[in-house]
Amino acid sequence: MKNNKVIQVEGLTKKFGDFTAVDAITFDVKKGEIFGFLGANGAGKTTAIKMLIGISNPTFGKATVAGFDVLTNPNDIKRNIGYMSQRFALYDDLTVKENITFFGGIYGLSRKRIKEKSEALIEELGLENVASQLVGSLPLGWKQKLSFSVSLIHDPKIVFLDEPTGGVDPITRRQFWEMIYKAANQGTTVFVTTHYMDEAEYCDRVSIMVDGRIEALDTPKKLKEQFQAESMNDVFLKLARG
Amino acid sequence: MGISISNISKSYKNVKALHDISFDVKPNELFGLIGPDGAGKTTLFRILTTLLFPDEGTATVAGFDVVGDYKEIRKNVGYMPGRFSLYQDLTVEENLNFFATIFGTTIDENYDLIKDIYVQIEPFKDRRAGKLSGGMKQKLALSCALIHKPKVLFLDEPTTGVDPVSRKEFWEMLKRLQQKGITILVSTPYMDEAALCDRVALIQDGNIMEIDTPEAIVKHYPKPIYNVRAHNMYQLITSLKDYEFNHSVYPFGEFVHYTDSRTDFKPMELQHYLESKNLKNIEIHETDATIEDTFMELAK
Repeated sequence: MKNNKVIQVEGLTKKFGDFTAVDAITFDVKKGEIFGFLGANGAGKTTAIKMLIGISNPTFGKATVAGFDVLTNPNDIKRNIGYMSQRFALYDDLTVKENITFFGGIYGLSRKRIKEKSEALIEELGLENVASQLVGSLPLGWKQKLSFSVSLIHDPKIVFLDEPTGGVDPITRRQFWEMIYKAANQGTTVFVTTHYMDEAEYCDRVSIMVDGRIEALDTPKKLKEQFQAESMNDVFLKLARG
Repeated sequence: MGISISNISKSYKNVKALHDISFDVKPNELFGLIGPDGAGKTTLFRILTTLLFPDEGTATVAGFDVVGDYKEIRKNVGYMPGRFSLYQDLTVEENLNFFATIFGTTIDENYDLIKDIYVQIEPFKDRRAGKLSGGMKQKLALSCALIHKPKVLFLDEPTTGVDPVSRKEFWEMLKRLQQKGITILVSTPYMDEAALCDRVALIQDGNIMEIDTPEAIVKHYPKPIYNVRAHNMYQLITSLKDYEFNHSVYPFGEFVHYTDSRTDFKPMELQHYLESKNLKNIEIHETDATIEDTFMELAK
């Protein structure tokens, strides 16, 4: 039986001195799933994600991402995942083309492949007229979409998106999610955090962290039944407020 | 103690950030400036708080001109700018003391105004501001903006990047402040927060699209909107976008908001079309427009 779990987490814990930021969380993510990783500010989400993408060591517990152990093979993880966040996306003082070339190079793509990908990406996003412009001059919505595409440039199995749509206009937000749907449809697993609760509804399954622990994990539909809530916003409020 | 804006325009080099903006905020109103990044909200706030000159137009805050009487305005407004505005290396209490002193007052003098807010972070008063969680930073920044009992409060995206619980609590605090007689102008990209304001202005690319109460704005939505659902969201969106009669197709949580280009739209026809695309568990029913629907329709 083929194991189609691309992320496996068991008892993952992170302590800073006496303070337990992530408290023995356990969960799996399946290939091609859109997995929503939610929680209030300070619940431990960012700390947990840092462990999963191989930039922070766990204190206890285990996790494998794309088949690699987070403690022993963090660099293999980095090569096999895509990552996009609001704080780190693209280089504002490089052009669109230069950004694509740069990240393609970092992920070890051949010159030929980078050229192919670059042309395809620019065409798909309609950026032909701005391909030689500095990314810093583009509207936020365009940057977000480009950044997402670049995070997929090396065809990773999993892409981690950390609040990818903050502040963006509602139309662009939806175009962004259509890109996410398309990627998931093609087999890429999407691990996303967001504070927009309507976006939580787009996920196949959602987990909600409270004080370092996962207090809920299920499909949006089942969570609403479980918490007798009309929307994911209500589920969140009921859980996070206690 | 309101705000009056007349024909304000502002450009940065060759980017026009604000195009001939005019509107008023009534005294003691909770007014929302709703729009995404790049709409011009922060530019407008900087002009109103006397940090930036407009290229054209005039504005008054609490009766004072933003250019000629800037000193008076600075004494009488509270301002919470977009990103973190406090001193990371100072503790909670030190930050509050600092701002009180700058405005020539003390924490005790206006404590009753910030008490409800400050009491939630008081247990952490010796913690450095840089080490606070997002929700706590917000509360501290708000306390510092209120410490001198301003008549007008400017809050530039105070809830961006903050979780829904903290957002809800923050708006409850704003309502309580409004009851104490302060005029509040808030900007936000969150459309659901628009519903919490007395009136809102929808802004995109430096232009005001509409100004009214939230209830009136949604009534202006020109077409009936249908909630559509099926067993596979992605397939549903693609099928609806391929449907020749569509006017708009926007995912909204577990449903898609669909509007049709015809005036005699019959949901059964759409149902048959979707069935022909192998979609199952199809649901189609009319629903009410939200501010977000209206925003997207105006922005098209």
